[in-house]
Amino acid sequence: MRILFFGRLGDLAPAGPVPPGVRDTGALRAWLGRDRPELLDASIRIAVNDEMVLGNRALDEGDEVAFLPPMSGG
Amino acid sequence: MIAVQAEPFEAAVLLADFSARAAGAGAIASFIGLVRGENDGALVSGLELDHHPRLTERTIEAIAADAAARFDLIDVAIVHRHGALAPGEAIVFVAAAAPHRRAAFDAVDYVMDRLKTEAPFWKREQRSDGAHWLEARDSDHADRRRWEAEPR
Repeated sequence: MRILFFGRLGDLAPAGPVPPGVRDTGALRAWLGRDRPELLDASIRIAVNDEMVLGNRALDEGDEVAFLPPMSGG
Repeated sequence: MIAVQAEPFEAAVLLADFSARAAGAGAIASFIGLVRGENDGALVSGLELDHHPRLTERTIEAIAADAAARFDLIDVAIVHRHGALAPGEAIVFVAAAAPHRRAAFDAVDYVMDRLKTEAPFWKREQRSDGAHWLEARDSDHADRRRWEAEPR
């Protein structure tokens, strides 16, 4: 699984190998959030394989998971 | 014309190309967003724009398609920079071609409000008082909500 942090989250420690018990976005957020409490904030959104995820979503080994803080484009 | 690029662009050239291709339009409106020279009373020496490449492109395409349908546009252009920018440089160019002016004005306004709040870009300003990540302001979200009512 590839885990990406964007914007101000880019300063966080990179994620290590994901334990086998982590099988959805909610569990992944909780697992990563133990050392990176910033990720637990409701304003941080998640995209899996370039699609925004609302709610919880199952994850596979080959998935790319992006953590996105509030945006500031334009 | 949709583009997300690190290279600078010449807004006048983009607008001339856009106008030349907008056959049958009665009105073209455009907007150029620039890197500020100061923010919160501090001098800005540069801006870094982080982005999620594929998600950004996908989001911008969806915004352009929504604008085209909602305002019955003849054409719409969105060009957005990423990477390192200097004060005064153009970050974003938006143009809309429509049969009449109101649709063209509104479409550009609509596209900018959605880009501000939905496009996966993150700005980091280098200021005289340090580096600051920026986030969309409450006023940006309020602007975005203006479009949630039924289309005209």
